[in-house]
Amino acid sequence: MEISHAHQEINITDQLAERLFELISHYPPDKKKSALLPVLHEVQDAHDNWLSIPLQDVVAGMLDIKPIEVYEVVSFYTMFNQKPVAKYMFEFCRTSCCAVRGSENLMDYTCNKLGVQEGEITPDGLFQVVGVECLGACGYAPMLQLGDYYKEHLNHEKVDQLIADCRAGKVDLHKLTITE
Amino acid sequence: MGQKILLEHANVPGIKTYEVYRREGGYRSVEKALKSMTPDEVVEEVKTSGLRGRGGAGFPTGMKWSFIDKKSGKPRHLVCNADESEPGTFKDRYLMEYIPHLLIEGMITSSYALGCNLSYIYIRGEYMWVYRILETAIKEAYAAGWLGKNILGTGWDLDLHVHCGAGAYICGEETALIESLEGKRGNPRIKPPFPAVSGLWANPTVVNNVESIAVVPWIVNNTGAEYAKIGIGRSTGTKLISASGHCKKPGVYEIELGLSVDEFMNSDQYLGGMMDDRPLKALVPGGSSVPILPAHLIFKNAEGGDRLMSYESLSEGGFASGSMLGSGGFIVYNDTTCVVRNTWNFSRFYHHESCGQCSPCREGTGWMEKVLHRIENGHGREEDIDLLWDIQRKIEGNTICPLGDAAAWPVAAAIRHFRDEFEYHVRFPEKIKSRDHFVAEPFEQVKHLVERQPVI
Repeated sequence: MEISHAHQEINITDQLAERLFELISHYPPDKKKSALLPVLHEVQDAHDNWLSIPLQDVVAGMLDIKPIEVYEVVSFYTMFNQKPVAKYMFEFCRTSCCAVRGSENLMDYTCNKLGVQEGEITPDGLFQVVGVECLGACGYAPMLQLGDYYKEHLNHEKVDQLIADCRAGKVDLHKLTITE
Repeated sequence: MGQKILLEHANVPGIKTYEVYRREGGYRSVEKALKSMTPDEVVEEVKTSGLRGRGGAGFPTGMKWSFIDKKSGKPRHLVCNADESEPGTFKDRYLMEYIPHLLIEGMITSSYALGCNLSYIYIRGEYMWVYRILETAIKEAYAAGWLGKNILGTGWDLDLHVHCGAGAYICGEETALIESLEGKRGNPRIKPPFPAVSGLWANPTVVNNVESIAVVPWIVNNTGAEYAKIGIGRSTGTKLISASGHCKKPGVYEIELGLSVDEFMNSDQYLGGMMDDRPLKALVPGGSSVPILPAHLIFKNAEGGDRLMSYESLSEGGFASGSMLGSGGFIVYNDTTCVVRNTWNFSRFYHHESCGQCSPCREGTGWMEKVLHRIENGHGREEDIDLLWDIQRKIEGNTICPLGDAAAWPVAAAIRHFRDEFEYHVRFPEKIKSRDHFVAEPFEQVKHLVERQPVI
């Protein structure tokens, strides 16, 4: 994934800083770098779900490591976004078990409904449809990940409902708002 | 029938909370181990149980524990591998989501056996809500005095934390997991040194699957000898199987090892047969990495003996006619499945997940994906099939970690058992234009075309 130079407002709130200190305290004082992945998750969640280079530099400072140590990690793991993403990113699992239960067709349906190609963001910045590899929900296929949660046993109607709920502001990405 | 060990209390309302878990007899193994057993006695019980690693490789857990370096005097660590990412596998998630304290109890008892004072659960980043469930459960365990300083007044301290990954299958490989836990890219390490000697922060480390650790409390409470009575031969105990694909009742099941594949597949207690009663075409019994089995080798082995759900029985016949129990990711395919498309799907997965350190894997997985993609999309050539065979053979055994093998085996097995389907794709490109080509016209109905066509 290419790097974005889009501007990102950086805001490490007291609440976030407190959470980061808690995470860092889980590792021995001379092994602060170990907290990098959990710290990046929290920081990304608090910054519109992506990590600009300046934000990665801030993280490096927090953990007393070199910026390159953060960049190489961010670029390795697929959950870290190096460029802006939509508010609601529908990540469809498309690996075998979901594929044989119709995930590819359902993803096409969702793209058509939103009028986007895979990976594109809708002009209002709300939606994006992405195909990802196995999410460990094989028995509940087809499914997608949205924020911290999985939406499983999907069909056209459930996808329609989910889109409507997102539009109505009823979906909190980090709190369970709708089951399945 | 069918003893439940891990899921014994799964249906008790509120079992997720500390109070209910404790009321149902939770944390007894910690009391028993700390008050009446030495760490080595716990290790012995696990050895006696015959428990084999539930992550996929099936290496005896007790033996793995006995390798940990206790002489160097360095701090030791137990790391639980909850990075569950093998396509077809979702059993650990079920355990952690519904009975989180079982894993935590197992971590405490196992850490005691290994003499650890700082242990971690490494969970895949996508399971974020499960991460929060575990965080809450760990806080409850601290509050109740099962974690922290001077546990049960024995003078033994243990800190346990949960650490999240960020979307990398390779971090399920134990040395890549350790790298990731150190805040680095998930590149597997060259072994030796093994983690038992030099693991997390160069300290002696044991990495065990969730299911392996979660069964330790039962073994400590009931003895290893009792555990060894369950199961068949060297496949002792119970195993969680995650079933998916075209079966009637996908989900997570706990079975006694030794159950027949037929009963698991067709009885109402388990999968209840095939979805929409369509014919069974193929089975991947142990997660995407293990060889796919064609219908005639699923319920019977090549000699005609019953195929059982056990490490030994599923691998009878080697790769020529067998497969592996692996992680227990049981993927069922009916006659509408295109094996070529499915193999391409798996190859795309491995290409995406290859860490890129070793050339055979980095280049080979991408090459296989490309060739399979063109065959599936009607641009394949007759010689592509042999080319694929050649590529997979050159990946297998030539990489630092087993991801290379895992990428090679599904391709090899697909060609071995379903070569005619590849030939059909190459020779009749106009018939495979739609993604769902075998939904409209299952391969069984068009198979004769391949047989009639002379090979030029």
